[in-house]
Amino acid sequence: MAERSFKAEVEHLRKGDGDVFTGEGILAITKALLENGVGYVGGYQGAPISHLMDVLSDAEELMGELGVRFEANASEAAAAAMLAASVHYPIRGAVTFKGPVGVNVASDALANLCSSGVTGGALIIVGEDYGEGSSIMQERSHGFAMKSQFWMLDPRPNLPSITKAVKDGFELSEASNTPVMLMVRIRSCHVTGSFETSDNVPPPLTMKQAIAAPQSDFQRVVLPPWSYVHEQQKVKERWPAAEKFIVENNLNEVMGPQGAKMGIVLQGGMYNGVIRALQRLGLADVFGKTDVPLYVLNVTYPLVREEFDAFCDGKDHILVVEEGQPEHIEQHLGSFLYKAGAKLKLYGKDVLPMAGEYTGQVMLDGMTAFLKKAAPDMLPGQVRAPNRDTPAIPDLSKVVPIRPPGFCTGCPERPIFAGMKLVEEELGKHQITGDIGCHLFGSLPPFEIGGATMGYGLGPAANGAFDGGGERRAISMLGDGGFWHNGLSSSIGNMVYNKSDNVVVIVDNYYSAATGGQDLLSSRAQSDTKNTGNPIQDALKGVGVKWIRTIDHTYDVAKVRDTVREALTTDFKGPKVIVASSECMLNKQRREKPLRAKAIKEGRRVDVPRFGVDADICTGDHACIRLSGCPSLSLKRLDDPLRDDPIAHIDQTCVGCGNCGEVADAAVLCPSFYRADVVHNPGGLERWWAGKRAGIIGWLQKRRDDNRLRLSDAITVAAPEGARAAPLPPMGALK
Amino acid sequence: MNMAVKPKADTAVGEILKLAIMAVGGQGGGVLTSWIETLARSQGYDAQATSVAGVSQRTGATIYYLEMTPSTGQQPVFALAPSGGDVDVLIAAEMMEVGRSIMRGFVTPDKTTLIGSTHRQLAVSEKSIPGDGIADADEVRAAAEVAAQRLILADMDRLAVEQGSVISASLFGALAGSGALPFTRAAFEDAIRAGGKGVEASLRAFDAGFKTADQGPNALARAPVADGPKIIGPKAKMRDWAALLEQVKALPEPVQMMAETGLRKVVDFQDVAYGAGYLAAVSRVQSADSASQDWLLTNEAAKYIANAMAYDDVIKVADLKTRASRHARIRQEMGAGDDQLIQLTEFFHPRAEEIAGLMPAKMGAKWEASERRMARLDRWFGKGRRLRTDSLRAFLMLHVLGGLKGYRLRTRRHSVEVAHCEKWMQACLEMAAQDYALAVELVRNRRLIKGYSDTHARGLSKFDRVMAAAHLLEGREDAAQWMARLREAALQDPAGKALEGAIATVESFV
Repeated sequence: MAERSFKAEVEHLRKGDGDVFTGEGILAITKALLENGVGYVGGYQGAPISHLMDVLSDAEELMGELGVRFEANASEAAAAAMLAASVHYPIRGAVTFKGPVGVNVASDALANLCSSGVTGGALIIVGEDYGEGSSIMQERSHGFAMKSQFWMLDPRPNLPSITKAVKDGFELSEASNTPVMLMVRIRSCHVTGSFETSDNVPPPLTMKQAIAAPQSDFQRVVLPPWSYVHEQQKVKERWPAAEKFIVENNLNEVMGPQGAKMGIVLQGGMYNGVIRALQRLGLADVFGKTDVPLYVLNVTYPLVREEFDAFCDGKDHILVVEEGQPEHIEQHLGSFLYKAGAKLKLYGKDVLPMAGEYTGQVMLDGMTAFLKKAAPDMLPGQVRAPNRDTPAIPDLSKVVPIRPPGFCTGCPERPIFAGMKLVEEELGKHQITGDIGCHLFGSLPPFEIGGATMGYGLGPAANGAFDGGGERRAISMLGDGGFWHNGLSSSIGNMVYNKSDNVVVIVDNYYSAATGGQDLLSSRAQSDTKNTGNPIQDALKGVGVKWIRTIDHTYDVAKVRDTVREALTTDFKGPKVIVASSECMLNKQRREKPLRAKAIKEGRRVDVPRFGVDADICTGDHACIRLSGCPSLSLKRLDDPLRDDPIAHIDQTCVGCGNCGEVADAAVLCPSFYRADVVHNPGGLERWWAGKRAGIIGWLQKRRDDNRLRLSDAITVAAPEGARAAPLPPMGALK
Repeated sequence: MNMAVKPKADTAVGEILKLAIMAVGGQGGGVLTSWIETLARSQGYDAQATSVAGVSQRTGATIYYLEMTPSTGQQPVFALAPSGGDVDVLIAAEMMEVGRSIMRGFVTPDKTTLIGSTHRQLAVSEKSIPGDGIADADEVRAAAEVAAQRLILADMDRLAVEQGSVISASLFGALAGSGALPFTRAAFEDAIRAGGKGVEASLRAFDAGFKTADQGPNALARAPVADGPKIIGPKAKMRDWAALLEQVKALPEPVQMMAETGLRKVVDFQDVAYGAGYLAAVSRVQSADSASQDWLLTNEAAKYIANAMAYDDVIKVADLKTRASRHARIRQEMGAGDDQLIQLTEFFHPRAEEIAGLMPAKMGAKWEASERRMARLDRWFGKGRRLRTDSLRAFLMLHVLGGLKGYRLRTRRHSVEVAHCEKWMQACLEMAAQDYALAVELVRNRRLIKGYSDTHARGLSKFDRVMAAAHLLEGREDAAQWMARLREAALQDPAGKALEGAIATVESFV
């Protein structure tokens, strides 16, 4: 079960001719796939296209009606490989994954696919995870298009353009026998808007029909001599065919006045940002009518020389707006100009920065810098000669703390890292590699456990150089998602093969959690369409791991600590794998909360746990927080002049996972924590007995209180805002 | 508020309204965004929203962004992300996110209505240091007052929680109340109804947010804050207490408040006689102090002697865990109704040190001196115990332990604490004659001792190291400042790395 359900939205995918669809980008893409007769879809989840996978999954019923096959692929490579169906069969296929890490994984299959060429349209929808909100390195997918010779669409980020790009992509792919990559940036995946729909079209040839009439052609196999032939076909047949299609169908757009002396060439995805900058300079209106000529590259690869030449004709200054580095497009256009002996001046990564996201401010500064050189008369007076004093806004960079993402409240991975932290305090620091997944947050404060991360499922592989052993064993982290993606073979299998003596901790939270809670082979959920419930331990045994320990309740910090210690100190030679399993709390809460509310309503006995801190026992040393970092475990200031430091406090978002109590115990921290179980609808006998006990306890308490002086109630709490000044502000904060 | 509010009601066709929401993941920013979007479309506007999914789930800072303009039939070109200097309404769902929005230039005096919640959701970096690392909200407030054209700041989280709802609803109400969007209140409320989930609670929180924006943060009547804790007890003992209080009045006026607070703490910890001992200790400091210094040393001593005398031993913890007031407080905090029961589990992990500390002073000292005996204690007692204090067995055990006050002053722990306190006071008083300011800092060093078990031991060792640095600093004009810096360094990290660095610096210049 994925984190977000699109069951309701999926109904909109049934809209037909003349209807209007209003919603998110990813849903619009799905709708466009169905309208264009796609025969099969698949992919691998990851931001920003995780939700596209979820939509496809939730739309499985509708797709079944149309005869469209949905396959949840094992990895990006598997997804790209699936497009092989379009090599021999005239069936349209689409897969989706994230760029660039997904594209990296897929590149092997993509290269083979591009060599073979396709008969049916093959579309790769890549969520370009670049800029703000990205969790990965900043790289471009563009280079992959150049090296493998597939075509790259980068449509303007609005729903009509994106859905049109799906149609154009399939047609371009078929016209040029080449796979097409449709790139959607992180914010355009979730941009909302409307477009006019048309009827869904069942695939003219379904997968079922195709498998009944198998086809093959050895000339399409990537083997010599045909692989040499494929290379020639790429440049002599497919490329020119693509250029012809692009020109004839006007995939790229030219906007703005004719005859201007300057113009801007831009990636389609940059269009809204460019227009906004021009709007702010008074050079474009709300609807995008611009005073500056634009050549919008909805196809960023290949670049069509005749179109570019025509756009440049009569111009003296051209700006290329191209996000990310290196500046492939600018270089390419520059070589066109140089070879043509053109005299015009080319701007790009000089007025705009080489690296980093082209945010509104960057775009405004870049446009301004360009126009100052190319057409200073067009700029508003304010820009040419700014004379207004703006009030100085205090610098808050020393005050505002960074807030990277971290483990959710009640996350089952937190106690694993708390346990490992305790082992670290005992045995010293170890060489540790991380993997991709939520568990990578363990490398951040407060735990700081984990070093490098080299890729999905590659945590243990990244410790390969240490497999020779030494005084202290190396540890690697691996999630269940990474395990099934690649880790079983590349990481675990090879540890066995190379007789590694190191330790692996597999964090099994029942889902591919970091990407939004999709199911996996080892998920516990029952599924009508998938085979789940295959234990990781069985796979480990299958590849020859002998030392396997299972922790089936990760909140048992002492057990985690003891198991990790055992793995690090045992005399056993060979890979030691700990499988630590507890369900992702986000998913668990989503599953259990409604059930619990229902049970309480129906009058059944329900026990709701939550943790608390006794304010008068906590001394404000924050040792518990250094072993937790839980969002619900925070601090508050007491209205007590005797206290200097804020004390620990657990707010009402606590889900009662148990970590606080376990840590307080395992780390021998302090007795401030308590767990309170509120029992809803207690039974008659239980109520009677509780009353009796309370009576006796109350009598004892009264007897003591009658004989002593005491504070009326321990301590009242000050304003919860934490708005009082800290005693000493950080250095330099007061300017 | 900087300038007169520019009414947006007459937004001309062709003008785009830009609205950014800065939130911490899990705050319901997505819900707020979809309400605003629904609202705008229902009022004949073209609207676009963007978000970055993923981060939003996992407690990181995230931005939702909306643009809207009256529909004309022609498709407007909207930006996908906010630009510095070009945001009409900025909603920040937490105080440091208010700060972040200002830092990023999204709040400018020429156009931005800033709606912010003053509540804090602390970042890990703020809460994990041993001292007080909470960022300064006043600085953010001051910056907001400069940066925003119109500023609405209130604890939107509390407003929502009080109504059984979440912050997105009170912020939506504040947005309506701000008048920054040209839509009626009814249209806002319809958007909530269209969402369909938790409508009634959302509407109540909406109302609270609306009133706050419309009439200022004091629009909603607040229950008066309860007075601080008082000493209560049987009549006879209250007379003794009253006599003690008379003694407080004999202290210099600036010290009285702290001394009374401290006195309450030690009497609650032990008894009236112990309280008298406390006042004697404070008077001892007073005799080394003078009015010309505004009795600062005595005041600080009144604070820290109370903390030193009311140390955290097993008896104190057991007593606090079994008080009637605690049970009532927990019931209230957990929101348990009369028809619900509460089960309480305590987490204890006694070590040999705690057991030895409970022994009579001489015996305890002997056991502590023997590694073998301590190991034996650890074997017998040293494991995690979960006690259900709602059960009779566990309650009785703690109740008995908590009642050992009569015996407490003969324990090993007490003798250790008394000796430690005396040594510290001695050092402070000796220094007072020589360097008054440094003596004040030495008194304040007591802040370093806190926590239980290992944390307590680390605190003690830091305290010792900082106190030992006094002789390095003696005679320097800036000795007190350096001592304060050392203490702050000691509070920076648990292992004391910052302190080591700071001591190395001190050693380098003496």
